[in-house]
Amino acid sequence: MTTALPGRTAPQDPTARPARRARRPARTAAMFLAPFLLLFTALYLAPIGYTVQQSLFRMHRSGLGLSAPTEVFAGLGNYATALGDPAFRGSLLRVLLIGVVQVPLMLLLALVLALLLDAKSTMFKRFFRLAFFLPYALPGVVGAIMWSYLVAPGLSPITAAAHHLGLHLNLTSDGMLGPTIGNMLTWGWTGYNMLIIHSALQAIPPEVVEAATMDGCSAFGTAWRIKVPMIRPALVLTTVFSIIGTAQLYNEPAILHNVAPNLSSTYTPIYAAHNAVDANDFNLAATESVVLALLAFVLSFGFLKLVQRRGAAS
Amino acid sequence: MTTPTRPARYPASRWLTLGVLLLASVYFLAPVWWLLVASTKTSSGLFSGNGFWFGDFALLDNLRDVFTRQGGIYWQWLGNSAVYAVGGAGVSTLISAMAGYALAKYRFRGRELTFNAVLAAVLVPQPLLAVPLYLMFSQLHLVNSFWAVLLPSMVSPFGVYLARIHAAAAVPDELIEAGRIDGAGEFRIFATIALRVMSPALVTIFLFQFVSIWTNYLLPVLMLADDHLQPVTVGVVGWQAQRAIGPGAPPLNVVVTAAMVSAIPLVVLFLSLQRFWRAGLTAGSVK
Repeated sequence: MTTALPGRTAPQDPTARPARRARRPARTAAMFLAPFLLLFTALYLAPIGYTVQQSLFRMHRSGLGLSAPTEVFAGLGNYATALGDPAFRGSLLRVLLIGVVQVPLMLLLALVLALLLDAKSTMFKRFFRLAFFLPYALPGVVGAIMWSYLVAPGLSPITAAAHHLGLHLNLTSDGMLGPTIGNMLTWGWTGYNMLIIHSALQAIPPEVVEAATMDGCSAFGTAWRIKVPMIRPALVLTTVFSIIGTAQLYNEPAILHNVAPNLSSTYTPIYAAHNAVDANDFNLAATESVVLALLAFVLSFGFLKLVQRRGAAS
Repeated sequence: MTTPTRPARYPASRWLTLGVLLLASVYFLAPVWWLLVASTKTSSGLFSGNGFWFGDFALLDNLRDVFTRQGGIYWQWLGNSAVYAVGGAGVSTLISAMAGYALAKYRFRGRELTFNAVLAAVLVPQPLLAVPLYLMFSQLHLVNSFWAVLLPSMVSPFGVYLARIHAAAAVPDELIEAGRIDGAGEFRIFATIALRVMSPALVTIFLFQFVSIWTNYLLPVLMLADDHLQPVTVGVVGWQAQRAIGPGAPPLNVVVTAAMVSAIPLVVLFLSLQRFWRAGLTAGSVK
C-alpha cells in the first residue's frame, strides 16, 4: 500500500478547477498510516499468525522426560484433541445455547423498550434512557461481582425473598448457572442495544410515522409494520455484536466461580483456553482460541448472509 | 406533540407504557442500589436484615479498610488503571486520528484494502485476542511487565473507523487546499487544521478507548502476575477470589466497597460526556 503513484496525478477532468493536491499523496498517506499499521501488524496480525502456527505444533517429551521437550509438527492433531475433549465441546455448546436463548430475549427486550421510549406520549424519557443505560456504564467486572453476591447462597436478597414466599431457590445450583449468567448478560447489555436501536428509530423521518397515523394505523401497528422494518440495519448490527459478545464470554463465569465452586473452569471456550494457559499447555490454548474464533466468524457471517438473502427475497 | 389527541384517547395504553418502563427501570437500577447500600454496611450487616435498605452505617470504615489494606495497594491499582487508560487512550487517539485522516483525505492504492482490514478488525473482540497476545508475549518475555498491557491498549481499529468517518464528513477539502496554498506542509495542515475540526470525534475515540482499557479484565489478568502492576479490575477480583480461600482475606463489605469505588470514575465520565457516548455508539448503526 506504500506503492507511490507517479509524482503528480493529472486532474481527471481538465475543465474542472485545478485542485491543489498533496504532492505525493501515497507517501504522505503512508507516513500518516505508519504508526497505526505498525502497531496493528505487531499486535493484531502477528499474534493471530503466531497462534495459528502454535496450534499446529505440540511439545514432545522424549523417553523419561529428563531432557527438555522439543516442539514437533502435529498437523491437525491438536484440533482432534481439543474437539475430542468433552469439556471443550461442552463449553462450545454452552455458548451456542446461551446465544440461541439469551440473545433473542435480550434483543426483544431492547427493541420493546426502544419502541416504548420512541412513542410520542411516553413520559420521563430522559430518566428511563439513563436508567436503562446505567449498567453499561459500570465496568463489567463490577457488575459481575455485584451479581455474584446477589445470587450467592446465604447472601442473596432474591433467594431470601423467595424463602419468605416458601420457595427454596438456589441460583447457583448446576441447573441455574445458565439462567443466572444469561441474566447477568441481559442486565449488562440490554441498555447498550436499546440505545443503538433507539437512535435508529429517531432517524426515521417523522412524516412517515405521521402518514401511517393519519391512515388510521394504531400505535402498535405503526411500531410493528412501519418502524421495525425501517430499523432493520440496527437490528442486524446488534445481533451480530451480541453473537460475537457471547462467543467471548469470560468475566461473568470466572467471577461467578468465586461464589459458586460448582461452576466448571471450562464453562466457556475462553475460560477453557485460559485454563490451558494456566496448565502451561500453550498449544492447546492456541488451538482452542482458533476454534472459537472460527466459530464466532462462521456464526456472525452466517447470520449476515442469512439476513442478506432474506432481504433480497422480500 | 403534534397529535395531542392521541394520549387522551388512549390513556390506558399510556399508563401501561409507563408501568412497563418503570418495571424495567427497577430491574436495571435495583442491583446498583443494592451495591451502594451494601458498601455502607458492616460484614455481619450484609448477612442480616434487608439487603436493599441501610443498616449500621460503616461506609467510612469500609473506605478506610479498602485504601489501607496490604499497605494501601488499592491506590496503586487505581493509579495503574489510570496510567494504562490515559496512556493507551491518548496514544491510540492520536494514531487513530492520523490513520483515519489519511484514509479519508488521500487517494492512494491500497486505501480500500486498508480500510476493510480495519473494519474486519473492529469485529475481532478484545477478549478473543487476549490469549493469542499472551502466547506471543510470553515467547518474547514481555509478560508481567507494564508494556504487556499498555502496548495492546494503543491500537484501536474502532478509533480509526470513527476518525475516518468523521474526517470524511467534517474536514472540507477546501480547508486543506487553503492550507496548501498558504504553503503549509501536510503534517502541519493535519496538526493545526484537521485535528481541531476533528476534536469532537477525538473526544469520543478517547472516551471509548479509555473505558475499554479501564474495564478490561482478561488481558491484564493473563499478563500480570505481579499485583503491583495490576489494574483495579484485576485487584478487586483478586480480593474476591481470596475470600473463597479463607482467613486473612478481605471481608465481603470491603470487596463490595472496592468494587463500587472502582466504578466511580466511569460513572462520572459517562454522566458528564453523554453526548460523546451516543456519538460513538450510533456511528455504526445510522449510515
